[in-house]
Amino acid sequence: MIGRRWWTPWIWLSPALVLLTVFLFYPVVNTFVTSFMDADSAGGIWDLIDDPDKFVGLDNYEFIIDNPRPLVSNTHAALYNNGLWLILFTGLTVPVGLLFAVLAARVRYEAVAKSAIFIPMAISFVAASVIWRFMYEFNPDVGTVNAVKTELGSASTAWLQDRGSPQTPFVDAGPDSAWGPLQVNNFALILVGVWMWAGFAMVVLSAGLKGISTEVLEAARVDGAGEWYIFRRIILPILSPTIVVVATTLVIQALKKFDLVWVMTGGRAETDVVATLFFTEAFRQGEFGRGAALAVVLLAWVVPIMVISIRRFQFQEETR
Amino acid sequence: MAVTTQARRGSPLDVLRRFAQRLPVHVALIFFALLWSIPTIALLLSSFREPGDVVTSGWWNAITHPLDLSLSNYEDVLNTRDMDRAFINSLIITVPSTFFVVLVAAFAAYAFAWMQFPGRNALFIVMVGLLVVPLQMTLIPVLRLYTDLTIDVDMPILGGRVFGTNSYIGIWMAHAAYGLPFAIYLLRNFFGSLPRDILESAYIDGASDAGIFFRLIIPLSMPAIAALTIFQFLWVWNDLLVSLILLGDPELAPMTLKVSSLVSSFGTQYQLLTAAAFISMALPLVIFFALQRYFVQGILAGSVKG
Repeated sequence: MIGRRWWTPWIWLSPALVLLTVFLFYPVVNTFVTSFMDADSAGGIWDLIDDPDKFVGLDNYEFIIDNPRPLVSNTHAALYNNGLWLILFTGLTVPVGLLFAVLAARVRYEAVAKSAIFIPMAISFVAASVIWRFMYEFNPDVGTVNAVKTELGSASTAWLQDRGSPQTPFVDAGPDSAWGPLQVNNFALILVGVWMWAGFAMVVLSAGLKGISTEVLEAARVDGAGEWYIFRRIILPILSPTIVVVATTLVIQALKKFDLVWVMTGGRAETDVVATLFFTEAFRQGEFGRGAALAVVLLAWVVPIMVISIRRFQFQEETR
Repeated sequence: MAVTTQARRGSPLDVLRRFAQRLPVHVALIFFALLWSIPTIALLLSSFREPGDVVTSGWWNAITHPLDLSLSNYEDVLNTRDMDRAFINSLIITVPSTFFVVLVAAFAAYAFAWMQFPGRNALFIVMVGLLVVPLQMTLIPVLRLYTDLTIDVDMPILGGRVFGTNSYIGIWMAHAAYGLPFAIYLLRNFFGSLPRDILESAYIDGASDAGIFFRLIIPLSMPAIAALTIFQFLWVWNDLLVSLILLGDPELAPMTLKVSSLVSSFGTQYQLLTAAAFISMALPLVIFFALQRYFVQGILAGSVKG
């Protein structure tokens, strides 16, 4: 649209700009600076101004790459687990949410059906973690999953401790002290994440679904299009920008996943992700520089993600 | 999904045939909903059980021994001193925070979606990219800032604290800021998908930006705004970390803080936690159901010609 004064957009943006600068942008810059400083740098930029000797160059990043203390802070496992979260958590949550949004839209008890998926989001994550610790409990008299598993004739699995590898839910290879790429405890944690966040994907996708005009759908039905065809050729394309928004948000959630891992395993048995390792380093070990470097690694992931969504928006603007 | 009036009529055979066609949808939906509800049901039943039972036997035993169930956990949580006050505090914290996030994000999303200005994409990347910032990372700098910028006035309301830790404005601003990246991202996507014709014809007819925003953008984006409101409310309502850092004063503590202190001061009291989880879940669920009426198919219907 034309004819606006040059400062009009900035008026609309200013409240968001102020809040984001103070509460998020400034801490990010502070963390970035801290990542080049030594352990005792809780004050960030202000500490560096007081004492320039705190600058240590790339030491903290070398620590992440070299992984010199794998038993205490296994940076490689944390990075790997984050990748696992990113792929599995996003790859499972989006289809579940989409499926449920589409199915529920076709029945009269839509709100009630959707609430079953939504409730896990509404439960405080502490309570959710507690109930899942009971779900995964080793003792089959208490743990739901193991009760089902022993009923089927298998042995109990310590879902949150086992890093036995290779291992599937049905073949129990027993605990293994070494870190492995297919640890059962990571999958168990990711499943809880999917359980909690499917409601998010469903609600947002459901909102997008309601934006599809009824005329288009009815015209397709009158023309004799099957439901699967309508889903593939009409609903999915129109919904794709919303799917991108949901997937992007979930990827970012997976990247900064902290609370669930922290409460359920505390990062033990090689379930650490970057955010929990960052927390342990900075607030438990007092290694502020190292913690900050881990946080910067998290932030770096966002660049490719944002480039993809910007491309998506440019496409949207050309076609609307 | 809307069924046309024509399709609704028909012989009983047609009705039966349609029912048979839709049966898989019902079966899949109900099976899936039940499967997803197992942990919720486990949590609900546990909340009615005696403290010792929860750790010694599975929740399904509650179904076969219904007489052992009681409301005592709920009584214990609700009778905790100042729990009512904590509920009010949660409301005072959550409602304005949610409102600010939706409004401020909608302003920004409108600019990003429908205005041209230099640096638009770069600014958008930075703003939404902040979504990836873990909250824990911001706590020390923000706390430092709050301590430096504390404003106290000699007034009886709000305990005399206008800004800083233990102030409502302080926690509203923090929650609003933390919610903004996602809110801007979501709303920009929905605002951007509105048809250009509607906005341009309004603009040509002499409508101002404010007029377009409040009369067209907001009403046409109600499903997205409803979805955002649900989540923002939920996230602030369930927040523990931000309150823990910025609200030390027990007078101002929300329910999450109260419950967590209740649980830790008595050791690990799982049964209280489960009851508290359902008490604190009630209001977000009411919001969820109340806002369902904005999830209406074809909100854009009739707004575009042809």
